[in-house]
Amino acid sequence: MPQLFSPGANTLFRTVLIGTPFLLIGTVFALYRIAYSPYATQVGVPVDQPVPFSHQHHVAGLGIDCRYCHTSVETSAFAGMPATATCMTCHSQIWTQAPILASVRESLSLNQPIRWTRVHQLADYVYFDHSIHVRKGIGCVSCHGQIDQMPITWKANTLQMGWCLECHKHPDRALRPPSEVFNLNWKPAGDQTLQGRTLAKQAGIKSIQEITDCTTCHR
Amino acid sequence: MKRIGSGCVLLLAIVLGSGCREEMRNDSRLKPLQEDAFFADRNSSRPLVPNTVPRGHANNDDFFYQGEINGKLVRGFPSPVTRQELERGRDRFNIYCSVCHGPTGEGDGMIVQRGFPQPPSLHDQRLRDAPEGHLFHVITRGYGVMYPYADRVTPQDRWAIIAYIRVLQLARNSTINDVPPDQKARLTGP
Ligand code: HEC
Ligand code: HEC
Ligand code: HEC
Ligand code: HEC
Ligand code: HEC
Ligand code: HEC
Repeated sequence: MPQLFSPGANTLFRTVLIGTPFLLIGTVFALYRIAYSPYATQVGVPVDQPVPFSHQHHVAGLGIDCRYCHTSVETSAFAGMPATATCMTCHSQIWTQAPILASVRESLSLNQPIRWTRVHQLADYVYFDHSIHVRKGIGCVSCHGQIDQMPITWKANTLQMGWCLECHKHPDRALRPPSEVFNLNWKPAGDQTLQGRTLAKQAGIKSIQEITDCTTCHR
Repeated sequence: MKRIGSGCVLLLAIVLGSGCREEMRNDSRLKPLQEDAFFADRNSSRPLVPNTVPRGHANNDDFFYQGEINGKLVRGFPSPVTRQELERGRDRFNIYCSVCHGPTGEGDGMIVQRGFPQPPSLHDQRLRDAPEGHLFHVITRGYGVMYPYADRVTPQDRWAIIAYIRVLQLARNSTINDVPPDQKARLTGP
């Protein structure tokens, strides 16, 4: 009977034996890293828009309130996007010839909405509602970051389930007085843990069990 | 060797295949304003059907919804003004109006400083005397180069803003004698 294994088989066997666990762990680690990388989550990646709209210019520079444009954020699930007429309340008189605004003027004259590219896009099987977060005292900045420093809008957080749950487990860490929800530069004056608990009581935050229940977000 | 090879291919297929989850991420549920080929204008948010009135929106209170009765501008408010409404008015004024009219109504807002035509000061005698209905019309229909704000400011909020404008006007021309005696201490010293 001829030799079944070649002389190198032992070495090959050992290499595979030792290598396989490393390979497996490595693959899992790589997948994990890919799942949380900017490539997959798009965090920090500026999104191309038909008009290079700058929150930095309009919010930090001019001091316009979020609700001037995102009008329904206090009252509905959808934050609302500004109609072309909303841009025109100012740009009918300011920068009226600027080529950078050509597509805004075109949108108005053709009565066609501007096609903004979504920056935040939850999966369709997730239910999200702005109004409850605003009403109970979660600031825009907790989820959207320092948008007043973005010349082109990007995503500041992953919006993955783990991220939502992190806050739903400890809402008191993020709560602020209702008057400061739209203030991106608000910092807690004292100890946030103490203050957070008082605010949670005032706002009547539901129990952790209730807001971490699967049916809160998957309904 | 062949077994290991096909095993690897299978594993790779599972790993890569499980990455494709687009069907459930994008199901037939439409987000507001999402593009959708079903409608002629490709917009999933639909306008009101012409010549229909939503239930509960007959809006036949001319004072409240039009600011005029039989073509005559109204004076006064549809309901007594409360402190809560004034605070709401201050809030809304600061969001929608102060960028041009300035926080005190002087007409020196940030956008005016960047080249927008200057609006008249809200403290002009003409506007102090103007009926409330005129102010309601300005917000609802716009005025000159000022665009209408009816799409973003509800009638209730318009009345709140008008009440707050009256407060600004009152505050401009008041003296220490207008302050109730029991509140004077708060102004003069700690
Ligand atoms: C002058 C109008 C205007 C103001 C004021 C404004 N925004 Fe925006 N916002 C826009 C427009 C237009 C877009 C779409 C283009 C883009 O994504 O940059 C947008 C997009 C966004 C997005 C991304 C939406 C998406 O596609 O997922 C967020 C989040 C946002 N704004 C938050 C804010 C916050 C928070 C404030 C207040 C601090 C604010 N905006 C003030 C006009 C405005
Ligand atoms: C409340 C007034 C106001 C509104 C509303 C407004 N803008 Fe502007 N915008 C300005 C002013 C003022 C400037 C000039 C900035 C300066 O002079 O510093 C400007 C500048 C710009 C510029 C060029 C400068 C830059 O780098 O940002 C773009 C593009 C622009 N706006 C887009 C928009 C779009 C799109 C909208 C509607 C979603 C909009 N604006 C709504 C006041 C406004
Ligand atoms: C609890 C986190 C959270 C807070 C607080 C929050 N947002 Fe959002 N925002 C989101 C998420 C998640 C989305 C994506 C929603 C989707 O894909 O359906 C979003 C989307 C948006 C959009 C795009 C339009 C939409 O509604 O889908 C705008 C505009 C926006 N937010 C503005 C704001 C403003 C202004 C505030 C402050 C008042 C704010 N957001 C506060 C999480 C938040
Ligand atoms: C920074 C903190 C924070 C983050 C991040 C956050 N939430 Fe919330 N969420 C809250 C608070 C606080 C409440 C109010 C709970 C209550 O009703 O008392 C809430 C309430 C809700 C509710 C309504 C619950 C109910 O039944 O009243 C939904 C739905 C929800 N969140 C979905 C989400 C989703 C989806 C995400 C992630 C995309 C998210 N939230 C991220 C703080 C947060
Ligand atoms: C605070 C809101 C929230 C709660 C509570 C919640 N989820 Fe999620 N879930 C999300 C969001 C947001 C996503 C979408 C993640 C994405 O877009 O990648 C998600 C995605 C998922 C997915 C798809 C796989 C993935 O990670 O994308 C599964 C499965 C899931 N959730 C199961 C559950 C179960 C089971 C529970 C209850 C134990 C639960 N969820 C509770 C917000 C929530
Ligand atoms: C984009 C800048 C801008 C904004 C925002 C704005 N206005 Fe004006 N407003 C003007 C200008 C400019 C005029 C002068 C119009 C003219 O004479 O052509 C004016 C005029 C007026 C007048 C005087 C009308 C008259 O009889 O002379 C009133 C009252 C007024 N605005 C109220 C408001 C209120 C209330 C708001 C908030 C809901 C508001 N405006 C928001 C620019 C603005």
